Amino acid sequence: MSWAWLHRYASPPLFFRIAGRVIPWVSWLAAITGAAGLIGGLGLAPPDYQQGEGYRIIFVHVPAAVLSTMAYGVMAGAAGMGLIWRMNVAHAVAASCASVGAWFTVLALTTGSLWGRPMWGTYWEWDPRLTSELVLLFLYLGYMGLRSAIDDTARADRASAVLVLVGVINLPIIHYSVDWWNSLHQGHTLLKFGKASMPPSMLVPLLLMMLAFLLYFAAIMLTRARGEVLRRERNARWISEAIGALAT
Amino acid sequence: MNVAGPNSVSSGEAGWLLVRRDLRLALRRPGEWLQPLMFFFVVTTLFPLSTDPQLSRLRDIAPGALWVAALLSCLLALELLFREDGQDGTLEQLAVSGLSLSWLLLAKCCVHWLLTGLPLVLAAPLVATALGAPYAAIPGILAALLLGSIALSLIGAVGAGLTLGLRRGGALLALLVLPLAVPVLIFGARATALAIALEPTSAPMYMLGAIVVLSATLAPLGAAAAVRISLE
Repeated sequence: MSWAWLHRYASPPLFFRIAGRVIPWVSWLAAITGAAGLIGGLGLAPPDYQQGEGYRIIFVHVPAAVLSTMAYGVMAGAAGMGLIWRMNVAHAVAASCASVGAWFTVLALTTGSLWGRPMWGTYWEWDPRLTSELVLLFLYLGYMGLRSAIDDTARADRASAVLVLVGVINLPIIHYSVDWWNSLHQGHTLLKFGKASMPPSMLVPLLLMMLAFLLYFAAIMLTRARGEVLRRERNARWISEAIGALAT
Repeated sequence: MNVAGPNSVSSGEAGWLLVRRDLRLALRRPGEWLQPLMFFFVVTTLFPLSTDPQLSRLRDIAPGALWVAALLSCLLALELLFREDGQDGTLEQLAVSGLSLSWLLLAKCCVHWLLTGLPLVLAAPLVATALGAPYAAIPGILAALLLGSIALSLIGAVGAGLTLGLRRGGALLALLVLPLAVPVLIFGARATALAIALEPTSAPMYMLGAIVVLSATLAPLGAAAAVRISLE
């Protein structure tokens, strides 16, 4: 199999142009699905028979939690591609995932603890999922810390790529060890979103919100990656050509 | 690449030579690698001072105190792993020698563990007894710390390689390594707690063993990649 097509799309000018065309579409789709999901979730879906109206926070919480892990996966994939094929664009994408992913993690933790106050009676519980989410936040912070500590972009790219690959091997181990750790202390019967079957009136808005978050992530990540490519290629001739084409 | 000549050595021989060299260097400067051990003693002393000094109460926090202190002192020791060889160019020579860098770094990790991990393990019975652990718990605590400190040395080597030569290396190293050390901490502290409660410790011990095997397999590769990037 030839990888030539991959290298073609990884060329900075082409990425810059395609990303620039894709971003408006993705952003509008994110806004539309997000609006539909919010109307469906906050307005149309019936209150839960046990949790009342309070459960509605899952329409933000669950997509944020899903995206926080998914962003790490995208970051690891892009970093691996950058390391193996020495692609500058892949490194730019990886670097752009980190802060978005970290904010999703913060959002998931915050909404989780706001939900925990009325439901569990406490803002913070050393629940396995909460704890592994917190460790994930630390992994993001370590990645960003390492990047900001290295001045040379090429070295920062490759060092942080090694770190994120080490992290991605460790993530399942951390997840299962944390599960195991707390299962010895206490069992939670309340937190079983995944297994509880949902009526379509709740499930459809939730899926819409997940799609909206995913599209939003793509839009923000691509915008940041575009800026990152601009910064890296600031002395290249195609930039002045692209900007010249915009000016005329 | 390595050109075969009268003076060429295999990676295995070079690893052994490196072990002997590092050990000899360290034994001439005992103050440096004894510091993490002293730190371990000081940190474990802080726990009785900051909580209830009754032995029966201390026994409850003993696993946590022991493992947090061991983790922090391993972290402190990690800065010694590559710093000097990075500064004087030895690491560069190892990287361009044409020998397997991951193998050589594994040798360095072994020495590092002998000098900073093993003393912790040997000091653990004293500290554990002072924190109220029964004598029958000592073998379990020793085994848990033995496995855990090996894993921490190996995992830490990747972080030490990544932060080699950085200005804010120390604090960053902690931020990189501590989240990755969470499984070691969980299983190690769990095994210690079970040992103190005089219960069978095999389940967390097997997990610790698995982590040691996995990190001994992958961490040298990661550390070699990290060191090569840092030397560029």
